[in-house]
Formats: sequence, structure tokens, C-alpha cells
Amino acid sequence: MAINWFKYSSPPSFYSLAGKMIPLFSITSIVLFALGLYIGFFVAPTDFQQSEAYRIIFIHVPAAWMSMFLYLIMAGWAAIGLAFNTRLSSMIATAIAPTGAMFTFLALWTGAFWGKPMWGTWWVWDARLTSELILLFLYIGFMALQAAIDDPRRADKAGAVIALVGVVNIPIIYFSVKWWNTLHQGATVSLTQSPKMATTMLTGMLIMSLACWMYSIAVILMRTRTIILERERNTMWVSDLQGAA
Amino acid sequence: MNWASWSDFFAMGGYGFYVWGSYLVFLLCIIGEIVLIINRRRTLHKQLSLIHKATKQEMSNETTP
Repeated sequence: MAINWFKYSSPPSFYSLAGKMIPLFSITSIVLFALGLYIGFFVAPTDFQQSEAYRIIFIHVPAAWMSMFLYLIMAGWAAIGLAFNTRLSSMIATAIAPTGAMFTFLALWTGAFWGKPMWGTWWVWDARLTSELILLFLYIGFMALQAAIDDPRRADKAGAVIALVGVVNIPIIYFSVKWWNTLHQGATVSLTQSPKMATTMLTGMLIMSLACWMYSIAVILMRTRTIILERERNTMWVSDLQGAA
Repeated sequence: MNWASWSDFFAMGGYGFYVWGSYLVFLLCIIGEIVLIINRRRTLHKQLSLIHKATKQEMSNETTP
């Protein structure tokens, strides 16, 4: 049984598949958010050093991880769209950018709100913070560039170039705390060493990260479906869809 | 159970402003993004239904002798 890889790369079939998957991811993210927040506020203990301020970690770290993760996914889809000229891949890349920009902004915002009580300042030109700010500009640049070009296919190609060029920034952000002497703390969570965080705190943070991931998938699928309809408004299948609606 | 009372919970060990300032903006961004997408879909469906009516109108004009 040969797998037809390209079945869901056609907009109409992806449109219906995504439609079925959105409720699944939305409900999962709501459940995980509730669970993560419950653990974060009612199970995880008070920190001996930072008392209650550390609870910002339950949204700061997930937002930061998502900001980097979504950029790589966006660049991946943009590259596929560029290489194979598959317009749906580029639509997905376009759909990812706003959510990625949002999480980058949230990582910076929650970081500043955590830094003020703990470091005594909202902002410092630290390697980690500065490279994350550059990531925000990359996301905005991607969206602005695509918005500035009328023809969607040309906008996809231009967007793909900026997305791919910006990929170098992701390892810089991730390793900035190791390469430079940063005010921002080093990597606390690692897949190789034993955890350096209390179990309940770590569990709460990981569940919140999963919740942000499920949320991102649901929102990006919704935005992709909207972009599909916008770009294919003059096709037969959309007018049939509209006729049926 | 970390909190003696609701006011203790909102005080958040004296860091209430910073913790709730973070969580409030997080919530606003999430809700804002969902609202923006729903709004975008709604305006799109309006446009599509207009296009659909227009094409149906043209088709019926052509068919009538």
C-alpha cells in the first residue's frame, strides 16, 4: 500500500482535515492549561529564594521555547514551499509567523516582569535578551515583507528567504547563556543531565509547554484554513463550499 | 495548598503586580489572537457569500432568454 504523501498537500483536502483536527487540539490545550496552572499555583511549593515571583516561569519558559520552536517550524515549511513550489507549505509558514511573534513578545514581556523584582531592571542588553529581541524583529520582518508584496507566490518566496536567513539566530539564542557571560541564567532543563528543578515545578512547566504547543497547533491550523480560503476564493471548491454554507 | 486566603493568593508573596502583570498579558494575547482569527474568518465569509451571490446572479441572467 503506497502512501500517497501528497494527498493532504492539496488545499481542499487539507482544509477539511484541519477542520476536524482543530477541536481536538483546542480541547487538549484547554485541559493542559488548566492542569498546568493548577500545578503551578497550588501544587508547586514556594521557592526558598524568589518566594512567589518564580511562578512566572510557568509562562515565561514555555513562551520562550515556543518562540524558538515555531521559528524553526516556520523556516522548515517556508523551505519546503520554496523547494517544491507547494503553495500550501508556504501558507502554513505564513500562518505560523503571528503566533511565533506573539510568543516571542510574551517571552520578552514575562522576562522583563520577572527581571524587575529579581534583577532590579526591566531590561539589560544581555546576549539572551538581545537575541530574543532580534527574533521578534525577524518575525515582524517576515510578516511585513510578505504583506508588502501583492502577489502571494512572490511573497512566499521572499518570506522563505528571510525565514531561512534568520534560522542562524535560534542556536545563538539557545547557546547565548553558555557562550557569553550573561545575566540570564544558564540552561536549567536538559535532556541529558538529571533535573535541577523541583519535580512539581518542572512538571508544571512541562505541562504548560505542552499546552502552549497544542494551542499553537490549533491556532495555526485555524489561520491556515483562513489563508487557504482567502487565496482560493475564486476556485470551484470554495464556491461549492460557500454554496453549501 | 500554598495560600491561606484569596487575598494571600492575589498578593503572591508581595510580587502580585509582577506575576499577575505577566499572566494578564499572557491571557490578553491568547484571547486577542483567537478573536483576531475569528474576525478574519467572519469578514472573509461575508466577502465569499457576496462573490457567490454575484456569480449566481450572473448565471441566472445569462440563462433567462
